[in-house]
Amino acid sequence: MTQKTNNQRAWFLVLPVLALVAFSSIIPMITVVNYSFQDSFGGNEFFWVGLEWYRELLQSERLWDALGRQLLFSSIILLIEIPLGILIALSMPKKGWMASLCLVLMALPLLIPYNVVGTIWQVFARADIGLLGRAISDLGLSYNYAQNAFDAWVTVIVMDVWHWTSLVALLSYAGLRSIPNAYYQAAEIDQASRWAVFRYIELPKMSGVLIIAVLLRFMDSFMIYTEPFVLTGGGPGNATTFLSIDLVKMALGQFDLGPAAAFSLMYFLVILLISYVFYTVMISADNDGTAR
Amino acid sequence: MSEQSQPNKRRYSGPRIRLSAVIICAYLLFILVPIYWLAIMSLKSNAEILGDFTLWPDAITFDNYKTILTDPAWYMGYVNSFIYVSLNTVISLTVALPAAYAFSRYRFMGDSHLFFWLLTNRMAPPAVFALPFFQLYSSVELFDTHIAVALAHCLFNVPLAVWILEGFMRGVPREIDETAFIDGYGFGRFFTRIFIPMIAPGIGVAAFFCFMFSWVELLLSRTLTSVDAKPITAIMTRTVSASGLDWGVLAAAGVLTIIPGAIVIYFVRSYIAKGLALGRV
Repeated sequence: MTQKTNNQRAWFLVLPVLALVAFSSIIPMITVVNYSFQDSFGGNEFFWVGLEWYRELLQSERLWDALGRQLLFSSIILLIEIPLGILIALSMPKKGWMASLCLVLMALPLLIPYNVVGTIWQVFARADIGLLGRAISDLGLSYNYAQNAFDAWVTVIVMDVWHWTSLVALLSYAGLRSIPNAYYQAAEIDQASRWAVFRYIELPKMSGVLIIAVLLRFMDSFMIYTEPFVLTGGGPGNATTFLSIDLVKMALGQFDLGPAAAFSLMYFLVILLISYVFYTVMISADNDGTAR
Repeated sequence: MSEQSQPNKRRYSGPRIRLSAVIICAYLLFILVPIYWLAIMSLKSNAEILGDFTLWPDAITFDNYKTILTDPAWYMGYVNSFIYVSLNTVISLTVALPAAYAFSRYRFMGDSHLFFWLLTNRMAPPAVFALPFFQLYSSVELFDTHIAVALAHCLFNVPLAVWILEGFMRGVPREIDETAFIDGYGFGRFFTRIFIPMIAPGIGVAAFFCFMFSWVELLLSRTLTSVDAKPITAIMTRTVSASGLDWGVLAAAGVLTIIPGAIVIYFVRSYIAKGLALGRV
């Protein structure tokens, strides 16, 4: 691999992106930081309270519980969707109308607005009018996502797997298709096993798109709001109250921007921290792979 | 040697192909059954949805679709969504292409930090950022315009487009650029004539993702619009909460939201399927 060349003028190529994103990002961010240090009354009177909200939030058990649920949810989602997505990408037809058909059908869940996804599963999993709920009940299992915390979790996870596995599969598939045939021919000559082909050819070549897939799935699952809110409303009890749902409850419930702003900043920092760890670890693993 | 490996190969490839077919069929079934349920729900009356359990509607009715397609308050939502999503896709790709090229080819001051900063913009939970967004776009008098939503969605789509395109561009050997420059191509001509056609699959994939994330987003587009640019996702929530749950119309509206995206994926499918034309370079 040739080294990247040093070129400070490359900044000009990046400038449009910088300007566009900064416009939508920096001012709202400063506003939220500003709110988080203040107490607002009636929405237009502000008092400086310093770190008060942060202190309060760090001691809030409710927040830690929600964070725990969120971490568990995102871990389960990643552990299911990434391997499953890769498996599906590997199983897909390589070309022809079958491949096109698979791509179009698989992409369907990705194109459904979040609130509709929640609605679909809300109906689909209901024991009285939904196909899934009805089928499970007919098998003699008791299932009710609105009352049983475990059922609610399973439903939310299955919904997310349904919604997003195709994203991982599509990205992996695009990565797989970019591998030149010569690599496979070389592997055939070496009589490499299927596993060796995957481990030493396909996986390293997919690493770029896999970093995208893992980070995207992590960030989006960590901020999930609309789908579980429509499906379970965060219930039963607080069983599926993830961080975003808790945040909105707080923002709407207290009519005070301060704590909600402090909450979203800490939320943002947690996502940032975990993403940074993922990013650094995977980039360095990727570089090791290409160096070899 | 070849005589030995030939039957071996057949014995291996036979079951493997069948296994992968089983996996794909099972997955597609899993994907399609909930959508099937949505689709047949849209063809039922509310009484049948709530009263009966039927795998196929007893009496197919198109009333739900008629409600949507004859009422401007409904169908303009699709038009609005389509306008800002298209604007967003075009803007995102236009600014992301040169930036992705810079990231994939050059080292410059603060490049890796900048790259990561771009990504951080996907990480802000929109629930609370919605209010500052509203204030910002109101202050520049863009509230309730298509361009406002298109610009706001750039926040999460531009970083993604840069990222995907950078991944594809990294796969194009640098020698190609160098050869083109030696052959006397200027940067602009090289970029538009040689480089962009080469990464067309990447552009197709990036366009699909921009379209998709902008199309399904609800919170920001709802916050930034009131009447003139109101997206279909917001119209759905409001109509539903106003008149109780009208399952049939909601299902019909849901089915109609899938169609534009399905058309887009149909057009970019060959790009994804073809992948990078690395082997031919």
